Amino acid sequence: MAVIEVHELHKRYGETVALDGVSFDVRAGEVFGLLGPNGAGKTTTVEILEGLRTPDSGTVRVLGLDPVRSGPALRERVGVQLQQAQLQEKIRVGEALELYAGFYRNPRPVDELLDEWGLAAKRNTPFKKLSGGQQQRLFLALALLGRPELVFFDEITTGLDPAARRQTWDLVRRIRDSGVTVVLVSHLMDEVEELCDRVAILDRGRIVALDTPTALIAGSGNEQRMRFRPVGAISAGLIEDVPGVTAVTRSGSQVIVTGAGDFATGVTGALARAQVLVADLRLEQRTLDDAFVALTGRSFEDTDETTHDEKELEAAR
Amino acid sequence: MSVLESPVTRRRSPRALAAMTRTETRLFFREPLVPALVLLLPVLLVVGFGMIPGFGDPSSDLSGQSGTEYIASIGVAIVLAVLGLSILPTTLGTYRERGVLRRLRATPVTPGTLLGAQLLLVGGATIVATLLLVLVGSLGFGVAVPRNLAGFALAVVLGAAALLSVGLLVAAVAPTAKGSSAIGMTIFFPSMFLAGVYVPRETFSPILQHVSDVTPLGAALAAVRDTWQGSWPHPIHLATMVGWALVAALVAARTFRWE
Repeated sequence: MAVIEVHELHKRYGETVALDGVSFDVRAGEVFGLLGPNGAGKTTTVEILEGLRTPDSGTVRVLGLDPVRSGPALRERVGVQLQQAQLQEKIRVGEALELYAGFYRNPRPVDELLDEWGLAAKRNTPFKKLSGGQQQRLFLALALLGRPELVFFDEITTGLDPAARRQTWDLVRRIRDSGVTVVLVSHLMDEVEELCDRVAILDRGRIVALDTPTALIAGSGNEQRMRFRPVGAISAGLIEDVPGVTAVTRSGSQVIVTGAGDFATGVTGALARAQVLVADLRLEQRTLDDAFVALTGRSFEDTDETTHDEKELEAAR
Repeated sequence: MSVLESPVTRRRSPRALAAMTRTETRLFFREPLVPALVLLLPVLLVVGFGMIPGFGDPSSDLSGQSGTEYIASIGVAIVLAVLGLSILPTTLGTYRERGVLRRLRATPVTPGTLLGAQLLLVGGATIVATLLLVLVGSLGFGVAVPRNLAGFALAVVLGAAALLSVGLLVAAVAPTAKGSSAIGMTIFFPSMFLAGVYVPRETFSPILQHVSDVTPLGAALAAVRDTWQGSWPHPIHLATMVGWALVAALVAARTFRWE
């Protein structure tokens, strides 16, 4: 069953095209990722799904409802964690939860949420005295307050240290395990790879791919790289002749072997037969980064220049 | 579905407004300087000037009003100006900039509820501060209770409506929180001068008096002084306050952005 149905969304801000024919479905109970560089149209898409923006054309159904026409009814059933939203500086954690609980028909008990998100000790702490991780947990708790069937998480780990990111990821899995459908917006490859059942990759207002992370990675080409440092000398011909190897280069004391298929087994076999010992052997795993390069011809980092497009977008809004 | 749902949402809105007003009131008192400025400063003015011998006698320089009653009227004007031109626009500007309003948009309740709560809070603060001023002044500092009480209440309510609308307008047109408080302050000081807070309007040239009549704070202070002495507010002052309240609120409602 589709929780979200999006068909042919178009949206422009002045001259800038933000969305150029975006279509996808989100299934009940999955973690669905929207991945893309800044300015790709992720936040615009989500804001349309939340009913905060109106598309120029295209149809949207969220939980069977039109987000624009049925806004309040929909927001009763959907939890949202927004990018760049804060609370009043001096509002206390408990006060914020109790206040927001009053907005929903059947809210979760505040004490239960405080315990669940490790905020019980912070009940009387003002918002501005919370750490980044604690603020993030408070926003997650607020998003879950109304017993939502669907939640939107927009750049959920921005500004968190690695440990806090790991923790947040665990929390997202917990939410998914409780049967809630999750839409996760992110520009972080590893986050999407780690959490999502399916991922749509957005680039310049279009969806360039939609699949499971594993399938996207596998589809990104089959070349892999292997690096090692030989102890002692090796003859050049030893590895080049291994089936599947396409290139061998040296970088200082390191040897980098590029190849396809099961070339890695062949290379280690050849090294063993020649009785060459190697150190620091690494097989580089392909990631969604590689998938993005394969799909768009650009690396994810290169697209950082689009940050100023995002600012122009903001200005155009 | 939306037709089915809307009565539920409507029934919940007053409850949400009440809860939000309670929260905003608590937050107001957590900022120690703000309540002191609004509630205590005007009272201290009355207490301080009330202790000057002879200041309570009617003065020909103040159209027959006593110095202490003039100071008490100024106290009301200060309350209106501080709340309307400083606190309201700064608070709303900050809430928009920090995304507090944006976060509310994602709930079944509209961010307009928070605006409503702020207006109830500053409106309530105006009334409390005015009552405090009248009470303390009349209990021993030579200030009579306003002789036209109904007219006085009307002047304070319309004055608050005018100044708070202007405050909303400032918050609506200012792009940032800093901009909000800067514009508010830019209006604040000329308003105080033109209203006759720094020097009585009796010292103004006729032209300056006419200008004073059509500013929101000038009309409010004139109406407060008139009613304190027992007459009704002058029609031009009533019209000025109602006009500013309506026009500023309307433009603010049309231009206000949640984010």
